[in-house]
Amino acid sequence: MSLDPATVRRIARLARIRVEEGELPRLQNELNGILGWIEQLQEVNVEGIAPLTGAEMALRLREDAVTDGGIPEKVLANAPDREGDFYAVPKVVE
Amino acid sequence: MFELSLAEARDALRARKFSAAELTEAYLSRLEALNPKLNAYITPTPELALKQAAAADAALARGEGGPLTGIPLAIKDLFCTAGVRTTAASNILRPFVPPYESTVTAHLLRDGAVFLGKANLDEFAMGSSNMTSAFGAVANPWTLPGDARPRVPGGSSGGSAAAVAARIALGATATDTGGSIRQPASFCGIVGIKPTYGRCSRWGIVAFASSLDQAGPLARTVEDAAILLGSMAGFDPKDSTSADIAVPDFAAACARGVKGLRIGVPREYRSDDMPPEIEALWQQGLAWLKDAGAEIVDVSLPHTKYGLATYYIVAPAEASSNLARYDGVRFGARVEGADLIEMYENTRAAGFGAEVKRRVLIGTYVLSAGYYDAYYLRAQKVRALIRRDFTEAFGKVDALLTPTTPSAAFVQGERMDDPVKMYLNDVFTVPANMSGIPGLSLPAGLDSSGLPLGLQVLGKPFDEETVFAVAGALEKAAHFTARPALQAEG
Repeated sequence: MSLDPATVRRIARLARIRVEEGELPRLQNELNGILGWIEQLQEVNVEGIAPLTGAEMALRLREDAVTDGGIPEKVLANAPDREGDFYAVPKVVE
Repeated sequence: MFELSLAEARDALRARKFSAAELTEAYLSRLEALNPKLNAYITPTPELALKQAAAADAALARGEGGPLTGIPLAIKDLFCTAGVRTTAASNILRPFVPPYESTVTAHLLRDGAVFLGKANLDEFAMGSSNMTSAFGAVANPWTLPGDARPRVPGGSSGGSAAAVAARIALGATATDTGGSIRQPASFCGIVGIKPTYGRCSRWGIVAFASSLDQAGPLARTVEDAAILLGSMAGFDPKDSTSADIAVPDFAAACARGVKGLRIGVPREYRSDDMPPEIEALWQQGLAWLKDAGAEIVDVSLPHTKYGLATYYIVAPAEASSNLARYDGVRFGARVEGADLIEMYENTRAAGFGAEVKRRVLIGTYVLSAGYYDAYYLRAQKVRALIRRDFTEAFGKVDALLTPTTPSAAFVQGERMDDPVKMYLNDVFTVPANMSGIPGLSLPAGLDSSGLPLGLQVLGKPFDEETVFAVAGALEKAAHFTARPALQAEG
């Protein structure tokens, strides 16, 4: 599988990373290099093998209770922009 | 003072041979002198360190010293530290000051440690050379006579490793997703252990690939690494993958010896292009263990060769998901745009470096509709096979011995033109992350040019004690006393 420029553009859009037209050939080249190398996994027989998502341990459940909160200043301390106790973003609805 | 190990410095502090303030001041002035050359620290924190040292002296005067009271450490700038800027070596987190402390660093503070500052790393821990940091490359304190070219300290924990090797920290925190503790340890001639997945809490560590990330220490001796890990480890309800298992006395295990242990040699780690020096060092390591009473056993890990390719699907996939949080809204840098989407795209284009972008794009692609099964699901199945290989091998042996890296530290700027070539650095370290098992690197010798080479000990899940026992025996036999050039002059 080889990525064409349109696919690279589409992936960048999905990843929300702006890519200039001039960067496309280099990116396409690098990504194809990595994907070409990864292709070797196609030769492995994985029939009947259950996928491993991480360590084989049961994830714990905890009581569904509030254990933290009431610290809006700490939560918002790193916000690039805020309005009162809210994060501020560019206008979304016209 | 700088030649004391962490254990020796701890004992000297307890015996009041010098004060924590004196030790910290000595390390801080050395840091000030050497950091401009090495760039090992992004953010030194001298004021905080002196305050912590004063508190340590007060505790020692009351006879209340903890396991690390007054010990000056470097903290990889991936661990959130309350009130101290935490950047992950990325422009996107340049302004970020966490209001909370990571669990691992909180454990170290509980035990009395002094933090000298935040150590440099590859951006978001993505790299094997520390060349991807937005705060500049780190120089390996090891250089060659007559060759002024700075070498890489390895990565991603390059700043932590350089700081420990150059004696501008007594120990350091680090993280390892594909080899980021063990490869820099090998390149810098020091000890580093990635413990079993779940041994150290990931809470408050900037996430890269959550099913692989694991914190661990870098130190100058095996015992020092054991002391640090004993403090860093432990159950944390705030991390759902943290193991609710008691932390054993790792330091006590270091001198246990290897009599009667069965040490496996995975034959797939041998390849024709392995440098003869590394092959020879590996054989030497096996001979040392045999002399110490261990039995050497040939084992097979048939899926070894697929470890790296599997890693470069799983890790970018998880990274693309984890790094979605950097959108310029809640924390970090923001670059404005005409609308919300454009603001996201501009923020992430300006905030992420080239390697991070590459991995986020690969991860986005392998998780995207139509490709998920072919790439991501298949990689998870191969991961299961890699893990099964280890489970079967550990049915026959107590630990495995391998080289840590396929080469010694290379010159800054080398291997930058081809991402895949850089990735090959991690060929021997990645399988431990894929399977969650502990792995330790210790300095075992020098190559013919005079650069350090490491050996790697791999152990069963939650059996770091045997790993420390094997490493302790190797350390004793190797008697590694070489010092980096910079250390010698400094």
